[in-house]
Amino acid sequence: MHLKNTPSRYGAVAVALHWSVALTVIGLAILGLWMVDLTYYSPYYRSAPFWHKSIGITLAAVMVLRLFWRLMNPRPASLPNHQPWEKRLAALVHTLLYALLAVIVISGYLISTAKGQGVSVFGWFEIPAVLTDLPEQADRAGAVHYWVVISVLVLAGLHALGALKHHFIDRDDTLRRMLGMRPRGARQNP
Amino acid sequence: MKKTFAGIALGGLLALSGSLHAADYAIDKEGQHAFINFKTGHLGFSMLHGRFNDFDGTFSWDEKNPESSKVNVTINTASVDSNHAERDKHLRSDDFLDSKKHPQATFVSTNVEMTGEKTANVTGDLTLNGVTKPVVLDTRFIGEGEDPWGGYRAGFEGTTSIKLKDFDISMDLGPAAAEVELALSIEGIRQ
Repeated sequence: MHLKNTPSRYGAVAVALHWSVALTVIGLAILGLWMVDLTYYSPYYRSAPFWHKSIGITLAAVMVLRLFWRLMNPRPASLPNHQPWEKRLAALVHTLLYALLAVIVISGYLISTAKGQGVSVFGWFEIPAVLTDLPEQADRAGAVHYWVVISVLVLAGLHALGALKHHFIDRDDTLRRMLGMRPRGARQNP
Repeated sequence: MKKTFAGIALGGLLALSGSLHAADYAIDKEGQHAFINFKTGHLGFSMLHGRFNDFDGTFSWDEKNPESSKVNVTINTASVDSNHAERDKHLRSDDFLDSKKHPQATFVSTNVEMTGEKTANVTGDLTLNGVTKPVVLDTRFIGEGEDPWGGYRAGFEGTTSIKLKDFDISMDLGPAAAEVELALSIEGIRQ
């Protein structure tokens, strides 16, 4: 498997980025929903938001890298059996996932920085606040953060259903390609 | 002569009306000479201070008949400010003030009992988180008089202590934070 994409296959970097972002987003959503209901005496009351924010900012950096990588690499062509409506729907979902992830990161950042405090990243450095004291900033950003996360989870579910449909119903290589697996029917030992 | 007579008559009228109606004051919101602060314990290690930034109200005050005084304050609970965005968001949530459901807290005095020349127990109904409970403000009248800009002002401060549980605020912050001290520091401009 190559590091870079080829016109027909995803490279190792794109595959690793895809799955690490997927796992991180789902993990952060669970962590976020869990941490807001912790009791004050939970040992995680302070550490859970710290990790959530640190990982969230890191995710933002990874997403920027991912966009660069996407622009620097050839895009593997759609498989010949993909229908035009499937291509359009998939492209729409991909675009939405990218855009909404950006909204999630920005809205999360705007909650914590609403009164001028920065966001610490693993205690290594701090992202300063740039936009503060907007009307009801923390609450509005919080509502956006929550509902866009829910939307992304739904869209990711749709995205996964699409992949499973291609794998089990169409029996094509859509999912295998993103798992870095050989196309079906390819010889094991060329 | 005529002027003097008119002056006396006016003075008498004012004195009369003064004895019937105490002077009404509106909180100096514009000049921001009023503060509603709160204070509670953090785990028993230190005191945490915060305030409400947006509130308004009126009071009446008559030096000659202080027990007829009245106080009426309305607080926008969403304006809670402890200088920490995440904590303030939490304070506005239904773990504490539930400011979406209960956007306002109010204090309406029901009785003023002078305890000294300038001190009083101001009893009133405090409505917080949708729950109304009587509280007693330990109040000190500070001063009144003409300000340098042509107005007439009076001011007082009062403190009371409330139990969060009494107002259905359920978040458990530990025994040191079971009670919160509220402090009103109010200056009003005579209307």
